[in-house]
Amino acid sequence: MSENKTEISVEALRAGDREEFSRLVDTYSGPIYRLALKMLGIPTDAEDVLQNTFLKAFQHLKEFEGRSSLSTWLYRIASNEALMLLRKHRPEITLSDAAPEDDDNSDYSPAQFTDWCCLPEDEFLSSESQAALDRAVQHLPETQRIVFVLRDIEGLSIQETSEALNLSETAVKTRLLRARLRLREELSTYYGERLDKRSKE
Amino acid sequence: MIEHEHSKCRSLLGSLSDFVDGTLGEELCEAIERHVAECQNCHVVVDTLRKTISLYHESAAEAGEVPVAVRERLFRTLNLDDYIRH
Repeated sequence: MSENKTEISVEALRAGDREEFSRLVDTYSGPIYRLALKMLGIPTDAEDVLQNTFLKAFQHLKEFEGRSSLSTWLYRIASNEALMLLRKHRPEITLSDAAPEDDDNSDYSPAQFTDWCCLPEDEFLSSESQAALDRAVQHLPETQRIVFVLRDIEGLSIQETSEALNLSETAVKTRLLRARLRLREELSTYYGERLDKRSKE
Repeated sequence: MIEHEHSKCRSLLGSLSDFVDGTLGEELCEAIERHVAECQNCHVVVDTLRKTISLYHESAAEAGEVPVAVRERLFRTLNLDDYIRH
């Protein structure tokens, strides 16, 4: 998440400075909206998450102690909101360290060995390709998806991701690896087909 | 292709994220590099994993704008109407 040219003043926010709060919203609404969209895949749901994140941030500003950065704190609220909305649809989702998927090693061995890196650059820039990337993220289990979105799309460090999700760094790393391997498999299928198509043209 | 012990591929799998992020210890890093140099499948896995991550990095750099109507509704919800036109 890119910080604004001038630092947001936490003191001004706490003092109830509306203009400073509007600067906070403008600085972070882009990344928060993107996170919500990647997590939920539906613009109206993403908008709900965006609004609830800043409503909660406003309500709880006084409790912000500055132990993590302002952006990590906002990501934490947004991640919770996104997962809560997903849970409404699928109540069995949990985000505890001991999620059963962490013990399951069977599904993660690579099965596709097509080298699609050599595809021409325009292949990766198409809107169809972008849709395939988004679709693949949507297919990840929610607990892996949130880790992947924070780390590899929003660019948080492992430590920041673990702070935002209240997970151990080990759990973050495990989920990240699984998410990345799963996405690689799915993209290998998609780009492998594109490679086939091109060779037949 | 040179025949080799494929159990090695599996044992290195757990270190792949740290390897592509450049945060893996020197010794393990060299072990992976040696293995990848002689195992075609692992070579492809490493390359396509790197490409996968970089595609998502690039897609994030392009997106990230809130649509104007969404921003307006957000500002109204937060009672920040006075600051909509900044």
